[in-house]
Amino acid sequence: MSEGWREKFRTQALQAVTKRAMYGNDIDLSDFIYSGNVKPSMDDDTKKRTLEVGVDINDVKSGTYFQMDHSVLLSQLASKIKGLELLPTDVALQRYEWLRDYYWKALSVSQDKYTAIAELKQTKGYYIRSAPNEKIDRPVQACLFIGSEGMLQAPHNIIIAEEGSEMNVITGCTVDTKTKKAAHVGVSEFYVKKNATLVFTMIHSWSDEAYVRPRTSVIVEEGGTFISNYVLIKPVKDIQSYPTAYLAGRGATAKFNTIMYASKDSIIDLGNKILCMAEGTTGESVFKVVATGNSKVYNRGQIVGQNRFTKGHLECRGMILCPTASITAIPELIAEHSDTELSHEAAIGKLQEEQLHYLMARGISPDQAIGILVKGFLDPGLPGLPEKLQAEIRGRLSMLDRSSTGSKKEPC
Amino acid sequence: MLLEIEKLHVSVEGKELIKGVDLKIDYGEIVAVMGHNASGKTTLALTLAGFPQYKVTSGSMKFDGQDITYKTIDERAAMGLALAFQSPPAIRGIRLGHVISLAGGVNPWSPKPSDDLDLPQRMLAKVNLDPQSYANRELNVGFSGGERKRSELAQIFAMRPKLMILDEPDSGVDIDSLKIVGNSLREYFRSNRCSMIIITHHRHILQYLEPTRVHILSGGRVALTGSYGDLMPKIESIGYERLIREAGKSE
Repeated sequence: MSEGWREKFRTQALQAVTKRAMYGNDIDLSDFIYSGNVKPSMDDDTKKRTLEVGVDINDVKSGTYFQMDHSVLLSQLASKIKGLELLPTDVALQRYEWLRDYYWKALSVSQDKYTAIAELKQTKGYYIRSAPNEKIDRPVQACLFIGSEGMLQAPHNIIIAEEGSEMNVITGCTVDTKTKKAAHVGVSEFYVKKNATLVFTMIHSWSDEAYVRPRTSVIVEEGGTFISNYVLIKPVKDIQSYPTAYLAGRGATAKFNTIMYASKDSIIDLGNKILCMAEGTTGESVFKVVATGNSKVYNRGQIVGQNRFTKGHLECRGMILCPTASITAIPELIAEHSDTELSHEAAIGKLQEEQLHYLMARGISPDQAIGILVKGFLDPGLPGLPEKLQAEIRGRLSMLDRSSTGSKKEPC
Repeated sequence: MLLEIEKLHVSVEGKELIKGVDLKIDYGEIVAVMGHNASGKTTLALTLAGFPQYKVTSGSMKFDGQDITYKTIDERAAMGLALAFQSPPAIRGIRLGHVISLAGGVNPWSPKPSDDLDLPQRMLAKVNLDPQSYANRELNVGFSGGERKRSELAQIFAMRPKLMILDEPDSGVDIDSLKIVGNSLREYFRSNRCSMIIITHHRHILQYLEPTRVHILSGGRVALTGSYGDLMPKIESIGYERLIREAGKSE
């Protein structure tokens, strides 16, 4: 951390350590520890937990990155996959001087206290790059795992999809089953170059006591496509994230798909922002959320049309299963050019009784029918996602079918 | 008797829609329920199926020897009472094949080794829906009128019910689909001898099934009962209203 070129970021970060974020509750970061107190290892329990967020450690054919607390346990095979590079960020920054131009470029280090702490207490993170015109067949996997009680993990991730390349990255973030309190402040800067495609799927699986503040920005150049698929199923203490896509090049596209099952006392403030800066750029954001228990969900979506022939569409579909849960949809459309076309639709309601009764008339119990309907409502059908991944997400959702897992009653 | 309904009164949101219906159906018997719109046919079907908004205010319903008045929709279905809906909902994200499996008692997400895994394909074949593609289709999404009716039959066939209540299996259906619906119902009856209540406006579907009796509902009551051979030509020539009026006079 002593490199001279980073001093300016450190200085800026120090000035922002108490700066509140624009959205979400303020978290006291002094409550957490910054060095691990367990010996990082990859036992069966860890592998199982990792698989739950879509990352298969045993898949020897994919590029795979696995970080527990601050230690990189696996960064495998990337060198053998043509056109793919996968390294811990600190190693990559030492190796490539040019990479400094991508460091804190899409995001500002002084955005808030979380970006600041990520610079001051950085704990590795991954660097992934697809070489120009390379199409990486298998999804690249990355898992950020918290193993120590009370740990704050702050990785800095950089993904670069070079001109004309295509890449599919699946990342899972999770905590050890024994870990209760934890915090994750992941910084992610993505660069999608001319005519490149990056499909980025993130599956989160936290604990009841996990605080999560990811900070993500992506810059998409001419003709480039960025697709983000985000899935959150298990309870979390408090998560807030608001990734931003800058569509800087003509004809660039960004699409965010967000699927959430909010349960227990989870506080979830998730949204995204798409800036249609260049001519002919297109942004779309779709949220599907089911809220149960005492969960509080905020869906923020913003699309800004700043140039001619730009288009944007926001959609929020919410299902609310318990009287103690809440969903707030906050769509914002901002037109800064006369030739932009922006729209949004939002619908929040309870489970449709007609559908429930219909399934019950087939002899299906109410509990199982609710599980099936919730699963169907959230069913991904995510574009740009390989069938295998799609099936994995469906598998995660199948945990919601309470009767098939033999678990308890409606959590209201 | 498989089904015994006595002096049944049913209200929806305080409004009485069934005003004292008596109806008996034996094991292996097919009856038709006819009548003009809003005469109470669908109300009777949904009350029998157990839909909670249809409140039984007096009278009794016995199915297979048990009082079912306070049983839930799924409990009645499990007892062998299957309803084919007149207008089934389309549900995104749910596959038809999965619902057929569930109707047949198989959990498609975690089947047991002994489970009948080809059930959806076999049931779909019975109603001439391409087994491979329709099993994976979202439930009724983008289905034509005829496809919806056939999807309903595939689902209730899988339940192996004792009584089928078919709420207008022939409405909004083209002539080809009507043949498929009629033939598959006749075929199912021949091999399973399950009882059926067919709610319809038309003779065509009844030609496949030849009910033993026809009941004509009017204003929430059974206004007229007779044999299929006797009543059907009269309904077709003079209509429900006049037929009921004239029957009233002659009594």
